[in-house]
Amino acid sequence: MVREVYHKDLHRLKEEILNMGSLVSKAIGDSVMSLKNRDVEMAQKVIDMDKDIDALDHSIEENCMRLLALQQPMARDLRLIISALKMSIDLERMGDLALEIAVITKMTASVPPIKPLIDIPRMAEICQDMIKNTMIAFENKDAELARQVARRDDEIDMLFDQVRRELISYMIDDPKKLTGAQHLTFVARYLERIGDHITNLCESVVFMVTGERVELN
Amino acid sequence: MKWNKRKSIDRIMSFLTASCVVIAIIPLLSILYIVTINGISALNLDFLTQLPRPVGETGGGLGNAIQGTFIVVGIACLIGLPVGILAGIYISEYGENRFGRFVSFVADVLTGTPSIVAGIFGYTLIVLYFGSFSAIAGGVALSVLMIPVVTRTTEESLRLVPGSIKEASLALGIPKWKTTLYIVLSTARSGIITGALLSIARISGETAPLLFTSFGNMFWANGLDQPISTMPVQIYTYAITPFPDWHAKAWAGALVLIILILILNIGVRFVTKRKYGV
Amino acid sequence: MENKITVENLDAWFGAKQVLHEISLGIEKNGITAIIGPSGCGKSTFIRCINRMHEVVPGAKAIGKVLVDDRDIYDRDIDPVDIRRRIGMVFQKPNPFPTMSIRDNVVAGLKLGGIKEKKTLDTVAEDSLKKAALWDEVKNDLNKSGASLSGGQQQRLCIARALAVEPEVILFDEPCSALDPISTSKIEDLMLELKEKYTLVIVTHNMQQAARVSDRTAFFLYGKLIESGETNQIFKKPKEKSTEDYIIGRFG
Repeated sequence: MVREVYHKDLHRLKEEILNMGSLVSKAIGDSVMSLKNRDVEMAQKVIDMDKDIDALDHSIEENCMRLLALQQPMARDLRLIISALKMSIDLERMGDLALEIAVITKMTASVPPIKPLIDIPRMAEICQDMIKNTMIAFENKDAELARQVARRDDEIDMLFDQVRRELISYMIDDPKKLTGAQHLTFVARYLERIGDHITNLCESVVFMVTGERVELN
Repeated sequence: MKWNKRKSIDRIMSFLTASCVVIAIIPLLSILYIVTINGISALNLDFLTQLPRPVGETGGGLGNAIQGTFIVVGIACLIGLPVGILAGIYISEYGENRFGRFVSFVADVLTGTPSIVAGIFGYTLIVLYFGSFSAIAGGVALSVLMIPVVTRTTEESLRLVPGSIKEASLALGIPKWKTTLYIVLSTARSGIITGALLSIARISGETAPLLFTSFGNMFWANGLDQPISTMPVQIYTYAITPFPDWHAKAWAGALVLIILILILNIGVRFVTKRKYGV
Repeated sequence: MENKITVENLDAWFGAKQVLHEISLGIEKNGITAIIGPSGCGKSTFIRCINRMHEVVPGAKAIGKVLVDDRDIYDRDIDPVDIRRRIGMVFQKPNPFPTMSIRDNVVAGLKLGGIKEKKTLDTVAEDSLKKAALWDEVKNDLNKSGASLSGGQQQRLCIARALAVEPEVILFDEPCSALDPISTSKIEDLMLELKEKYTLVIVTHNMQQAARVSDRTAFFLYGKLIESGETNQIFKKPKEKSTEDYIIGRFG
């Protein structure tokens, strides 16, 4: 086949994005689970995993640079590479946000929770599901699926609103619960921002497939 | 093959080929030597400018033969050069068809015409028709030998002009005939001139065709429709006589002929050493 | 931007072999149109039909309409020689006239067109050499042989020669194939300058050159026009899969 080395490089790039996606998804799930179960060990694992996520980000950036400099990619190859570059940035930020959640776990694990966690884990689940489908859309070049995934961000936003209001009422009710409520508010905020980043991922997938820039937020 | 063996074979072959060159040159050099030795004594101003003396008398020269050669060769050029060059241009530039290929083939065949046949042609066409030997007949006979050579060399020279030059000219909006005349012809100029000069050199020395066309004359040329003296014929005529004086003159004539041809060939060298060209 | 040239249903043959099939394409005025495609796809034949050089080859034939400013140049009463003056061509291998000096090369088209006045010719020579970005390099050597220049300079000399007859369109048939990268860049820069006054069409097998230089690109394959459009769009997201496959090197 023509340009075999180049094709292998492109394939490797795609694999790296998919790997990064699943790593970040795991980090998000584990960080929230560690919060729910007050599991400091798990939280530490999430914090350690961030190194791997960053390493993948660097590798993807390197590969994109090399492909751009050496192979003069055009059309769909070029769009793939540009999208991969953008997606790795969003994924890396998502990884950082999961890390922040794990840090909060470590900080608050010694204190009993102010309320049972229901909505927050729900938000995390939705995020994980969205990431999974975004990766499928990326692999299959499915722009329609990407758009569908992006729409679910509304669910996360609604849940965030709900959680925030609930926590505010907790803070008003019982001033002793203020710190705890604040931490949880932060966690919910982080998950909401993760949702926004996932929407960015979907926009990149749509661009990769159609060449159009869309706003899916 | 080992290096040493190759070296010795190389040396042997170089020696053999060089020897062959020497062997090939020897006849040429010996001719030059003999002609010069024998002819130089009779070569003087009188020889070049005077008419021959009657049989038995010494003195005089081959002035009329020299004049005649120029005239007859001149006539041949007047006929042969335009026809040959134009035919060559036609075949090369306009003849990508059956007719063109046919003409080229015929020209090829005619380059091998025996010179006596050219003479018979001139005899039948001009001498018999007009009733007398003449300079014109001689010129026509020589042109028959000249035309095929000039045609072929012109054609070859023009073919050597790269097609890209012609394309460049056409793409500028220069019509084909101007392209041929001004661009192609000037690029092939040296080749064409070389071919012309070489063919002139060749026909200057032809004897057989002139024997029964221009025939010969002991006096200065007195009309193109009259028999005329030429160098090769005069040399032949003198050589078969028993007179030593005329023999000496024949040698001198041969020397003059050779010098003439030498000048023409040197002229070729100058032409090919041009400013810029293909 | 309106079209300078409109090609309608152009077919072309070499003898019995058809090499162009129903090509219909517009060439934008004062722009650079690139023609790309694999070897043998008919791109050179196509531009040679535009300046009626195709028919110079024995046995070659072209049927169709090529409208330049709304007049069909294949009309019976149009003189092909006149078309070739209005539509100039620069070839793959630089081909200055070997027997002429640099100056004479530049004005060859004019001289043989009947203009003899030395002053006029000198002015035109200087103008054309300046337009071709060659003046500074040769202004003191105008009487030197055209063949004494480097490859890139020779090509610019050929461009000056084409400019001297004041064409409206200039066709470039793989003009940089035989040149080094720096000469190539110089000629590409020159083309970008020239497009302000002239309409340019460039045939190239160098994708990156087409992408760098042209405003519109047309992709040819097996003698057919597969796709044409804005260069930006063709190289970002072509409509036809075969176009994309060719552009990203997936052919074969």
